[in-house]
Amino acid sequence: MEILVCVRRVPDTSENEITLNSAGNDIERDELVYSINEADNYAVEEALQIVARVGGNVTVATVGGEDDEEILRREMAMGANHGVLITDDAFNGSDGKGIATILKAFVQKGNYDLILTGVQAEDGGAQVGGMLAALLDYPFASLVNSIEAVDGKKLKVSREIEGGNKEISEIDLPCVLSIQTGINEPRYVGMKGIRQVASIPVPTFGVPELAIDASTVGAAAAKVTRVDYFVPALGKGAEMLEGTRDENIEKLLELVAAKGGLK
Amino acid sequence: MPRIFVYIAHRNGVADDSAAELLAAAKKIDAAASPTAIITGSGADLDGVCSTLRASYREVWKVANEALAYPNAELIRKALVNIVPAGSIVLVAHEHFGIDLAPGLSIKTNSAFVSDVLDIAGIEGTDLKVVRQEFGGQVSAHVRCDISSGAVITIRPGAFKPLQSTPFSGTVVDKSADIGVLTAGRRYLETVVAEAGDVDISKHNILVSIGRGIQEKENVAIAQELADALGAAVSCSRPVVDAKWMEKSRQVGSSGKTVKPKVYLACGISGACQHLAGIKGNPFLIAINKNPKAPIFQVAHVGIVDDLLEFLPELTNRVHEMRAVAAK
Repeated sequence: MEILVCVRRVPDTSENEITLNSAGNDIERDELVYSINEADNYAVEEALQIVARVGGNVTVATVGGEDDEEILRREMAMGANHGVLITDDAFNGSDGKGIATILKAFVQKGNYDLILTGVQAEDGGAQVGGMLAALLDYPFASLVNSIEAVDGKKLKVSREIEGGNKEISEIDLPCVLSIQTGINEPRYVGMKGIRQVASIPVPTFGVPELAIDASTVGAAAAKVTRVDYFVPALGKGAEMLEGTRDENIEKLLELVAAKGGLK
Repeated sequence: MPRIFVYIAHRNGVADDSAAELLAAAKKIDAAASPTAIITGSGADLDGVCSTLRASYREVWKVANEALAYPNAELIRKALVNIVPAGSIVLVAHEHFGIDLAPGLSIKTNSAFVSDVLDIAGIEGTDLKVVRQEFGGQVSAHVRCDISSGAVITIRPGAFKPLQSTPFSGTVVDKSADIGVLTAGRRYLETVVAEAGDVDISKHNILVSIGRGIQEKENVAIAQELADALGAAVSCSRPVVDAKWMEKSRQVGSSGKTVKPKVYLACGISGACQHLAGIKGNPFLIAINKNPKAPIFQVAHVGIVDDLLEFLPELTNRVHEMRAVAAK
């Protein structure tokens, strides 16, 4: 099976405290730790596991800039066969539909049976996978938490629905699936693995290679634009206990007892 | 202003809670709007839902079809493309069905798409300004959406407060004949109900709930010791289950369990909305987190900024001491 996994490099929320910049119009991006979007990493692992069972190749692709190449190499170190950087100044400022339009053009250059994305990016809207599927007229399933290859023509997939229940469906290939975190246990990637793939070329694709109409992507085509970031004042917030640790423990236990929690 | 449609999910003949919230969101986009509800399905359940929703929507579009007995997003998308006029705004709840339906619907209706909207900031000409959250709720963003060729917007459950209004008697319009031929590349087979697990977290008065801040599987024992001392159970947030440190049955949240404890001790939990959605009954919420900016502190009653791995064992020791004194 030929599998394409669309990935993104994002600020890592487990490593960073996200704050506003001094102008208040963006997050403070200096010294942010970036990594592959968590759900995308699960998607790559899933692709590798499928290929290990039924054969085939895994390609990872991202729409971005030079800095994003590092996550492609990371996923290649995990075992992805190819990494592709889709980059062009004309792509800057694309909204979700713009990104999906670019990816559609890339998909049509290849011959993929299955396209995976992460369910959602840290700063995204769970949108590109579903849009890409609709642009390609492929079937789509979101929030996928298990995949079983039935035969060369279809898959059996499970979606995570309310209450931890699973919705099981059959889906025709080629299709697009958005992968939920927790579907597998992504393998560890060490520095050694990344060094081993350092010399493998990562081809780039831009407007000429994709033969894309530049007016359909980028800032000018975007119907959806982020105006600014802000930190909302939500209610009055918690009463913060600011004593010593011992004092905080005493107070906490007092409160728990008062609320009927300690017997 | 474009016409506003609201897609309402239902189960077992009962409309989803989002029915009233989506109406509130529609009214916030356009106070003068008279949004139309669209309900798909089949049989008596569908009729029941339509007739209930007539009390809050002036017009209810009913789409009855055997193929829609189970809500398959691809089939419903095709039906909506055939009945919703071009240029409309379509609202749907941002949960598993909306996430499946909405992005593709926006493509097929050539409209703008914004997801997981928490608030409507205003409208200027054809620019609708909405509020979203990013980075796990650490920051919010204003997003501008050009609605000149329509829009599909998913609305975060719980974000819009239902409006008080006197019930009226809307009309049910049967649109079943207009939906065209429905075929899909994805076919529903069955629903597998979640396993119950060893501990039923929904039945405990105190929950010691752990998040990513617990750092590794071995540290779950620290929370368990505290829970044992308090007579509580250990629950957790999604990253703990994703990392396979605890069973899915212990997960609190929209994709896990709904709990109603008296006291909820959130330990190393950032406070993502999907997690908070699983905490009902307004329990006394105590948050312990080493990040003073964690969103959980905005919703907790009491907050402590400290290192869990040191704080929890000391707390456990103190509970044991108190128990020992009380036993004398």
